[in-house]
Amino acid sequence: MTAPLSSPATRLGKLVAAAADRLPLSTQIRRGVVDHPLPNSLERWGKLVGSLAAFLLVVMIATGVILAMHYTPHVDHAFDSVERIMRDVGSGWLVRYLHKNGASLFFAVAYIHVFRCLYLRSYRPPRERMWRLGVILLLLMTATAFMGYVLPWGQMSLWGATVITSAFSAVPVVGERIVAFLWGGYAIGTPTLNRFFVLHFLLPFAIFGVTVAYLGRRRLTKDLFALGIFLVAACVLVFWFPDHLGHPDNYVPADPAVTPPHLMPEWYFLPLYAVLRAIPDKLMGVVAMVGALLVLFAVPRLDRSPEHGGRPRPWFAVAFWLFALDCILLGYIGAKPAEGVWMVAARLATAYYFLHFLVVLPLLTHREPDARGRLPGLAATGLKALTALAAVLAVASPFGGETLREHDWSWRGPFGGYDAAQLRRGHQVYSQSCAACHGMKRVRFRELAALGYGDEEIAAFAAARFVTDGPDDEGEMFERPGLPSDAFPSPFPNDRAAMAANSGAKPPDLSLLAKASVGGADYVVAVLTGYGEPPPATEIPPGTYYNTAFPGHAIAMAPQIFDGAFEFADGAPNDAAAIARDVAAFLQWASEPELEARRAMGLRVAAFLLALLAAMYALKRRDRAVAMPKRRVKT
Amino acid sequence: MSEHVEPPTRRDFLFGAIYAAGAGGVLASLLPLADTLAPAADTLALASIEVDLAPILEGQAITVLWRGKAVFVRHRTPAEIAAARETDLAKLRDPQTDADRVLRPEWLVAVGVCTHLGCVPLGQRSGQPRGDHGGWFCPCHGAHYDTSGRVRKGPAPANLAVPPYVFLDDTRIRIG
Ligand code: FES
Repeated sequence: MTAPLSSPATRLGKLVAAAADRLPLSTQIRRGVVDHPLPNSLERWGKLVGSLAAFLLVVMIATGVILAMHYTPHVDHAFDSVERIMRDVGSGWLVRYLHKNGASLFFAVAYIHVFRCLYLRSYRPPRERMWRLGVILLLLMTATAFMGYVLPWGQMSLWGATVITSAFSAVPVVGERIVAFLWGGYAIGTPTLNRFFVLHFLLPFAIFGVTVAYLGRRRLTKDLFALGIFLVAACVLVFWFPDHLGHPDNYVPADPAVTPPHLMPEWYFLPLYAVLRAIPDKLMGVVAMVGALLVLFAVPRLDRSPEHGGRPRPWFAVAFWLFALDCILLGYIGAKPAEGVWMVAARLATAYYFLHFLVVLPLLTHREPDARGRLPGLAATGLKALTALAAVLAVASPFGGETLREHDWSWRGPFGGYDAAQLRRGHQVYSQSCAACHGMKRVRFRELAALGYGDEEIAAFAAARFVTDGPDDEGEMFERPGLPSDAFPSPFPNDRAAMAANSGAKPPDLSLLAKASVGGADYVVAVLTGYGEPPPATEIPPGTYYNTAFPGHAIAMAPQIFDGAFEFADGAPNDAAAIARDVAAFLQWASEPELEARRAMGLRVAAFLLALLAAMYALKRRDRAVAMPKRRVKT
Repeated sequence: MSEHVEPPTRRDFLFGAIYAAGAGGVLASLLPLADTLAPAADTLALASIEVDLAPILEGQAITVLWRGKAVFVRHRTPAEIAAARETDLAKLRDPQTDADRVLRPEWLVAVGVCTHLGCVPLGQRSGQPRGDHGGWFCPCHGAHYDTSGRVRKGPAPANLAVPPYVFLDDTRIRIG
């Protein structure tokens, strides 16, 4: 016997070498980026996407680290700690809104990039490994965003997490055990919250690493102008529409006994969620949802058509835009109830999603039909326009429900703020009527200063209410008059007592009610003025009242607001509708006390960005003027 | 010291053994790490709760929390019991007789967690939708359960689970 052909050691070495070869890092960067420079416009786009992603990643990590310093991963404290960040921590609302909307922007950039790559087929050799690396990045982002959404511990957090983790119970035989392992218990609880928090903190560093590998040595963009436009858009989102992309139900603390009637994930997961629901079989539904993401890995194999030498491929364009439209449709369906026509639509759209990858792409690989006439071109343009329209509609559409009458609130316009006189009237209504059943544990008396009250008035308001304190030196709890540092107390010692006193329906805490309702203050007015006789053949359970605006139409709260029920010192109208508006405005202020500060800061930021943008534009024009003659010399 | 070169095959074998042992050791040391993530002993300790049935009128239902999960306790009407008893087992996805699912026909006790993806189905309060078979309706992805908590329609693969429980006397049960 002579020297071994392959000892385990050399075999291992080979394996490592092979793995390194497959791992996209060094080789990939050389082959994909250096040896094969991209076409010019694509390169510019790639740099822009890379810069935006890198910028957002830095923002997310910076804001995330700060949030982590204030956050408590415990089922009893998570929601409160997030609200404390929003209300009490200095500029906490800004940090949290940046983090929350930053996730949306991150996904927006990533999705646009994915579609762009699909359109330009940048997954073909030699860039297919780059493409797969990008898909890995997408998967990491998905996991991170999913776990992050659980942390605020609102209703959507809890139930979204329940539905997605329960998906693993579809695994035959060991499914239930896997789920218990993921949860660290029999239901989602503190152990789950803790591990999600840790992983949500940890994974971004993996994302960071992969991003560096992905962007490679590409320099960041010089197109500061495009970057500036992005910043202006982000500023509008964060300062004026910070909650537009999230469901109001997530401002309701998580309740393991009640699932929200319209369960839905954040917008960036809606298409996947629609796929999950489309299939009436548990295991297959989960397989389809995961498959919808994993199929992206196979795209370089499914579409092997060679470069067409820049020849236009109108049929490919038609297929692409159909696919894009299908994805937006899926997202739209994902936000609708899983019934009737929506289920049919979900199945069709899901079928087409896979059809596109598994049939259309390979088919076009082998025979891109010759473009005859203008038909395909026209069709592609039409579909493109339709896709754009659908995207705009989907972004603008509110979360279901009946449309409410919209009132002309003082804070409605972009520069609007609260009307202090109206808030004072609303406070009067709250303390003379609502406070008999509803507390506001997140609003302290001293915050009433924002309504224009003086210190003495505030102290008097507080002293008029009793709060439980203690234990004293004897170990007893005792009642004392309120202090300005107390929150508006609930009249009931605990939830059980509140339920017992109200035939089983706990009067909700009002601190966040306006923000937590679809329709906000408009909804509050609609409920307060929505009482009436039930339509014939409608049965209303005993102890409840018919209300047109309340979900389910049977509300346990008796009508509270009548014409002339309150006298206002400022002589404002006191018909029922006006009273309802005043108290709704007060509740809006209670749920978003930072609104005025937020808009004021938004204006300053926007002005700064616009000035910067103007300077960048001037620079860009100058650069172009300088660059022009050079180019002429060359040709 | 003589230079003794071992036969390559033996050397290979040793290498192989060392690699295998090493890999085994690494795996074994990962197990306790993974074990920390599984449900802990305090969670595992079977917590049990007692439920007073006296205040639940016929046709009503209450929800209690057991091990962090909702449990439905429903006082069924004779019509509901009859509907549950007369169901043709051949029509069920997860065939089970009603008698196998209850201790006493008037009382149905079931874990209120949809066997699809874990939502709490609606139907506990009057006024909530109860689905096509008068039991529960899961709003998340549209599963329908009958008056015995058996799945009749929708994506859920199994019936609502029945937790271990005993009657302490006529009006009290202990779950767990
Ligand atoms: S969780 Fe009940 S139908 Fe999906």
